[in-house]
Amino acid sequence: MSGEKDLEQLKKEAVAKAKAAAAAKRKAKELAESGAKEEEAAPAEATGDDLAKQKAAAVAKAKAATAAKRKAKELAESGASEESPSAEDDDLAKKKAAAVAKAKAAAAAKRKAMGQASEGEEASAGGDDDLAKKKAAAVAKAKAAAAAKRKAMGQEAGGEETSGGDDDLAKKKAAAIAKAKAAAAAKKKAAEGGAASGDDAKAKAIAAAKAKAAAAARAKGGKASAADEPEAPKAPSPNQKYLDKYVEIIKKHLGEDVLEDSYINNLSKDVPTLVAKRDSYYKVAEFLKFNESLSFDYLSEIHGSDFETHMEVYAHFYSYKNRQSVALKVKLDRDQPEIESLAKLWAGAEWPECEAYDLVGIHFTGHPNLRRIMLGEDWIGHPLRKDYEPYDVEV
Amino acid sequence: MVRTEEILLNVGPQHPSTHGVFRLVLTLDGEVITDAKPVIGYLHRGTEKIAENLQYTQIIPYTDRMDYVSAMTNNYVLVHAVETMMGTEIPERAEYLRILAMELNRVASHLLWWGTFILDFGATSPLLYAFREREMILNLLNELSGARLTFNYMRVGGVKWDAPEGWIEKVQEFVPYMRKQLKGYHDLVSGNEIFLSRTKNIGTYTKEDALNYSLSGVNLRSTGVKWDLRKDESYSIYDRFDFDVVTRDAGDAFARYECRLEEILESLKIIEQACEQFPQDGPIMAKVPKIIKAPKGEAFVRIEGSRGEIGCYIASDGKKEPYRLKFRRPSFYNLQILPKLLKGENISNLISILGAIDIVLGEVDG
Repeated sequence: MSGEKDLEQLKKEAVAKAKAAAAAKRKAKELAESGAKEEEAAPAEATGDDLAKQKAAAVAKAKAATAAKRKAKELAESGASEESPSAEDDDLAKKKAAAVAKAKAAAAAKRKAMGQASEGEEASAGGDDDLAKKKAAAVAKAKAAAAAKRKAMGQEAGGEETSGGDDDLAKKKAAAIAKAKAAAAAKKKAAEGGAASGDDAKAKAIAAAKAKAAAAARAKGGKASAADEPEAPKAPSPNQKYLDKYVEIIKKHLGEDVLEDSYINNLSKDVPTLVAKRDSYYKVAEFLKFNESLSFDYLSEIHGSDFETHMEVYAHFYSYKNRQSVALKVKLDRDQPEIESLAKLWAGAEWPECEAYDLVGIHFTGHPNLRRIMLGEDWIGHPLRKDYEPYDVEV
Repeated sequence: MVRTEEILLNVGPQHPSTHGVFRLVLTLDGEVITDAKPVIGYLHRGTEKIAENLQYTQIIPYTDRMDYVSAMTNNYVLVHAVETMMGTEIPERAEYLRILAMELNRVASHLLWWGTFILDFGATSPLLYAFREREMILNLLNELSGARLTFNYMRVGGVKWDAPEGWIEKVQEFVPYMRKQLKGYHDLVSGNEIFLSRTKNIGTYTKEDALNYSLSGVNLRSTGVKWDLRKDESYSIYDRFDFDVVTRDAGDAFARYECRLEEILESLKIIEQACEQFPQDGPIMAKVPKIIKAPKGEAFVRIEGSRGEIGCYIASDGKKEPYRLKFRRPSFYNLQILPKLLKGENISNLISILGAIDIVLGEVDG
């Protein structure tokens, strides 16, 4: 239905469209890459500091990048589908399915057109892309020429100044050589760009396809990595080796099932935290104090808390011998909060345990003198329990 | 026939030597103490309970009232705990202002202790000297924060007020003056025969006892344990300053006296260096949200207060109020060893032993 000329015209149109799509894709890719880079950089920089902030920023960027990519993809598709009227007028679904094939055809056409263009005059190829390339080549050439000129001048100057300091000469020469090299590199690049523009288009198409796939993968993986990130900074914690050591020694001597959990508490200056089972709490504490390689001889803090689902006793120990800290926790039944007292091991636990009994209502068995240390024996209830109701006789 | 029986003696809660409301129930055999039962809680205000219904910034004034002669360090431990959880980066100028405020406050706190400790022995004039110098520090802190005792100065992310014009210079002038005065203190008291006989070999305990009873601060260092959280678990910018950790090996009341006076010198060193390094300008607050919310989780941080290790435990469920707040108050822990020290002692040594521990009742009772 059309002659040779019409076909040429169609081809040219296709080329222009494919180029626009490729450009959009390239831009999207760059955007995605910069986004990805920052996303990668974020956990590396984050030393537990602005982690949450950075994470949020990274996620936002990744989202923006994927959005841009999606837009670019749509653009490319619409570009391809615009061409479809020139082909067989079939139904929409078919057209869409054919769009990919057409994009390929367009790329081929582009290559062909480029080949023709480079055979004939460079100018006839038109296209912003080519123009830009040419401009770049021209700039590079000009720069190279200028460099060459400068080099020549430098040499002249060098020749003139031979009577001057050798140092100066060497410096200038080195600079001139460096400039020349840079110019040559620029020239070479420009030349390559001009000559291999056909291959370039192909490469671009491939790259765009890859970028698309990568974007999809990233969009998928981005969410996953965001979810994983809280785990990520845990690994490089400098205290991880201590935690491993404590757990290993405790398991070796006291058995496998004395600890409920063990982790590094990132919010609390990376303190190794052990959660003992209720029945082995005293045993673990005793072991922490008297084991030669642990020797946590100092009780820094002990208190109880009501977490509504359970009660908890939190103790912080320090070893002056090894200069290390450890936190020991134990979860208690809320209806019968009872646990062995550590006052036999550390005399310093006596009053804080009284305080925990007074304010939270945890009973410490084996305590030398468990009493209401703050409120007095006639007080009713334990104020720091979450279900506390103040009792006043006069109300 | 001589009839002997044990006497029950009630000391306090309104007794001058306790510097607050602290009660001791003593059992005496003649002049010798056979048993001592401390009774505390007269100043319990339920800070931790109140805090559960307050936003983090609103809790800061309550920390002023724990150790009310050294409120800056109390301010700091709370904001430090929240900042540790949030991972906030503090601006340089704010860090220096905090250090200056805390160290000046530490000097003021030790001065107050020095004056009252000696006053308890019957020497009235040293108290006046100590208060004269302390007054200068309080004036400096007043210029900085607008308050003389309960400063409410620190905020999560920085400090509330910038240093007024010429304030740093005033602090710099104060340092050599205080050094000179300190020498005078030593001339006046430290070699006094009566004073020595009432503090040397009185209230002695060993390093093992100190660790067993969870003592901290000067009470621990006076037994030879070289331990200062400012140096050994450095926080804020204390690692930038050159200062020594003062220790003594004797473990008696006099060792604690010497430690405290020398710590004033070390604090002055830090103040001097901080003034030199003080940044010309810059923000005094980090960029923090208007409503502070600590992330979900728990944290326990500890710092070196004037009386020892101040700790702050926060359990947060991500809201603007803490789910559970707990202060490790050094005076509360340090006081536990008192019955052990008093048993078998002559009652006249009670004042020396209690005074040397250096308690503040607001902190003991929480």
